[in-house]
Amino acid sequence: MARITLSQLRHSYLPNPKGPDDYVLKDIDLDWHDGGAYALLGPSGCGKSTLLNIISGLLAPSEGRILFDGKDVTDLPPEQRNIAQVFQFPVIYDTMTVYNNLAFPLRNRGVDEAVVKDRVTKIAEMLDVTEMLRKPAAGLSPDNKQKISMGRGLVRDDVNVVMFDEPLTVIDPHLKWTLRSKLKELHQKVRATMIYVTHDQTEALTFADQVVVMEDGQIVQIGTPVELFERPTHTFVGHFIGSPGMNILPCNVQNGQALFEGHTVVLEGPIEAGTVDQGAGLTQIGIRPEFITFGATGVPATVRKVADIGRHSVVDTVVGETLIKVIVEGAAPVQGAATHLRFDPSKTRLYRDGWIATQALEAAE
Amino acid sequence: MTQPKMRLSILIPILYTLFLMLPIYWLVAMSFKTTGEILSGFSLFPQTWTFDNYRVIFTDPTWYWGYINSIIYVSLNTVISITVALPAAYAFSRYSFLGDKHLFFWLLTNRMAPAAVFALPFFQLYSAVELFDTHLAVALAHCLFNIPLAVWILEGFMGGVPKELDETAAVDGYSFPRFFMTIFLPSIKAGVGVAAFFCFMFSWVELLLAKTLTAVAAKPIAATMTKTASSAGYELGLLAAAGTLTIIPGAIVIYFVRNYIAKGFALGRV
Amino acid sequence: MKKTYQKAWFLVLPVLLLVAFNALIPMMTVVNYSVQETFGNNLFFWEGLGWFEKLLNSDRFHAALGRQFMFTGLILVIEVPLGIAIALAMPRQGIWVPFFLVTMALPMLIPWNVVGAMWNIFTLPDIGLLGYFMNHTLGIDYNMTQDPFAAWATIITMDVWHWTSLVVLLSYAGLVSIPDAYYQAAKIDGASKWAVFRYIQLPKMKQVLTIAILLRFMDSFNIYTEIFVLTGGGPGNSTTLLSIDLVKIALGQFDLGPAAAMSLIYFAITLLISWLFYTLMTKDDVK
Repeated sequence: MARITLSQLRHSYLPNPKGPDDYVLKDIDLDWHDGGAYALLGPSGCGKSTLLNIISGLLAPSEGRILFDGKDVTDLPPEQRNIAQVFQFPVIYDTMTVYNNLAFPLRNRGVDEAVVKDRVTKIAEMLDVTEMLRKPAAGLSPDNKQKISMGRGLVRDDVNVVMFDEPLTVIDPHLKWTLRSKLKELHQKVRATMIYVTHDQTEALTFADQVVVMEDGQIVQIGTPVELFERPTHTFVGHFIGSPGMNILPCNVQNGQALFEGHTVVLEGPIEAGTVDQGAGLTQIGIRPEFITFGATGVPATVRKVADIGRHSVVDTVVGETLIKVIVEGAAPVQGAATHLRFDPSKTRLYRDGWIATQALEAAE
Repeated sequence: MTQPKMRLSILIPILYTLFLMLPIYWLVAMSFKTTGEILSGFSLFPQTWTFDNYRVIFTDPTWYWGYINSIIYVSLNTVISITVALPAAYAFSRYSFLGDKHLFFWLLTNRMAPAAVFALPFFQLYSAVELFDTHLAVALAHCLFNIPLAVWILEGFMGGVPKELDETAAVDGYSFPRFFMTIFLPSIKAGVGVAAFFCFMFSWVELLLAKTLTAVAAKPIAATMTKTASSAGYELGLLAAAGTLTIIPGAIVIYFVRNYIAKGFALGRV
Repeated sequence: MKKTYQKAWFLVLPVLLLVAFNALIPMMTVVNYSVQETFGNNLFFWEGLGWFEKLLNSDRFHAALGRQFMFTGLILVIEVPLGIAIALAMPRQGIWVPFFLVTMALPMLIPWNVVGAMWNIFTLPDIGLLGYFMNHTLGIDYNMTQDPFAAWATIITMDVWHWTSLVVLLSYAGLVSIPDAYYQAAKIDGASKWAVFRYIQLPKMKQVLTIAILLRFMDSFNIYTEIFVLTGGGPGNSTTLLSIDLVKIALGQFDLGPAAAMSLIYFAITLLISWLFYTLMTKDDVK
């Protein structure tokens, strides 16, 4: 097991990258602790799979270093990095039995057959595949195949990190749950560093202790699932995580106050000075639908649509031209009603050019 | 990451294609040499270029009709083979019916029949039905091995089209012929192309049956060539020119299917 | 599961009629000849299984059959591994790929008699590229119209030239269908090059290789035109393979009875071996 450090990684698939647009990864710095469960979350094409392949050694980065426990492994091929990877589509060796599949990585390394047997038996038990060890691997269902490819990674005791590249893509929905909890359970048992790449926020938030959100080749936020939800540091994170995502409202800043449609909105704390000058850049207010309530006072709004989705309702309201979603538990206002919206000040933030520009009160103190 | 290794191993296919080109080069080079130069000894390149050999072929009707005859029966065979193979392949890929497995296997066994076995009986059969020395005779005879092949290839490609497509079309109110022509056929057009390619190929390269079933009117170019080789003795330049010209239709056909070659040769079964 | 639908027979009917016309009637003719003796003038006498008996005991048939097995065996032993090796060495993508594929397909589209004629011109001792090179540059005495060994080497080389590409193209089609993840997983699992071939590439190529081997077997076992044009079966009878012998008997000597009996035995052997190959290669398929 190992600590993983990525230092100033940049990658381009072009031979002579010119501007930043030519890079699929733009300056990645990361530090992952030994034995942690991490997720790389982002939409398709954000560079997360590229990053994964760079860590596993299938791809050499254009610039930057990768360190395992402080040791530079940037130039090492995958087989010398002692990593394991589970791919999107289950990779199994069709002509072998399940047992031989699990034993394959050990036998390739010349491990003693008695040790192989011991390890394979142990891992098979952990994965609940003991009764199929003698079966040919080709006939298994996709979820069992995925378990076997996971097992091939875990069977080695020298693995630095186990990586998952959207491993649940081909799994039936009702089995996704089982496999996901199996993963979590495995992590607790073996305590290996695990990196889970996905575009599915539920998968990322349930699996990981810490989630790295990526967009357009950059890391936009690193944090626990709660942090990502409560205080997104970038409008992308607010929008990408949560269902529905964070409301992003256009606003003006005057005299340190945020004005939305002419109404002053109270923020979580003071606005940081802009880098160029006060008021420079595009400013927006971010507030999650969960933190807005209806009331007699506040910003006047009209209810346009109410969607009851079980435990709560999502209410679409409009203020001027702007659509604001509100989540209410219990009774929702009727369609067409005029109402007022109240924003929870401790959860209301100002973003400048996408990045958070308010200081939280406790941080300011 | 595997870049340096790839550079070295690419030598193998390069050497192999060079080996493939050598005899073809020699044929083409020969076709541009004068008879005098050929008989006077070895020369790597034609010393004096001549188009006389080609001029003979393009002006002598027995020569150029050979090409026309070949192209007529090959095209005819390709059209017949594909037309009858399409519904049959559909039946094999979508339905089970009495004796389907045996029938399919029996069809394939005809692909294994040595042409030499059939030469004489074919001559008698097609004489009896008064088709001897017609393009249709050769086209029909070549169906013996091309139809089974076309059915087999098309069945492979059709197997890759989900059955739900048929059902959806039926629900949408398409009649079967309209569904087949406007929806199904376009979705296997690569397969039709590959099957047509193979029919063309095997009909174009076959000589034994084509020669046996023709005398004058439908004589294939290949037969014209063997006559020249035996009767006129050493007209090597002329023979080489005629040979060179038979390579061209094949090259044109390959050019059209170049993007399907790899998958095509797997007959839709990868 | 496929739907049971007996009317599907109507869809198969045109194929059935055409192939039956071409296969059954001539086959009946052959069977008919095989049990009769004729002295011309359309007079036939019942011969029973006499021709079969004579043929199966004839040295000439044994020799032709032996040569045929030797030829087909050599072809398979050379072309299959060579074809796989070339397919493995081919780049997966890049500007070279279409060039290779088109060039490799070309020999297969040349009429078979032209292939024979081309190799004849290529190997002429004094004015052929190969013949001249062998005799005058390397100093090896090479003349396939006189030396049986040279004749054999030439027909084998010609067939390798003509058909190895079929194995290459089929294997290559199998190889490019393997997703990258398999190679990456194998790398991570520390698999050697041999293990990658044995456990990933070979299993994925198996289906297309079955097709390749079957086609190569059938076509090499039935080969006629190329060799007839190149060597005419000589020198002596050294390259008289089954088909060449059959045509000699049937069209050359007009011995219809023996030729027909030989045709049937020939066809039966082809069928039997094809079936054996097919059964062996697909017996451990997981359904």
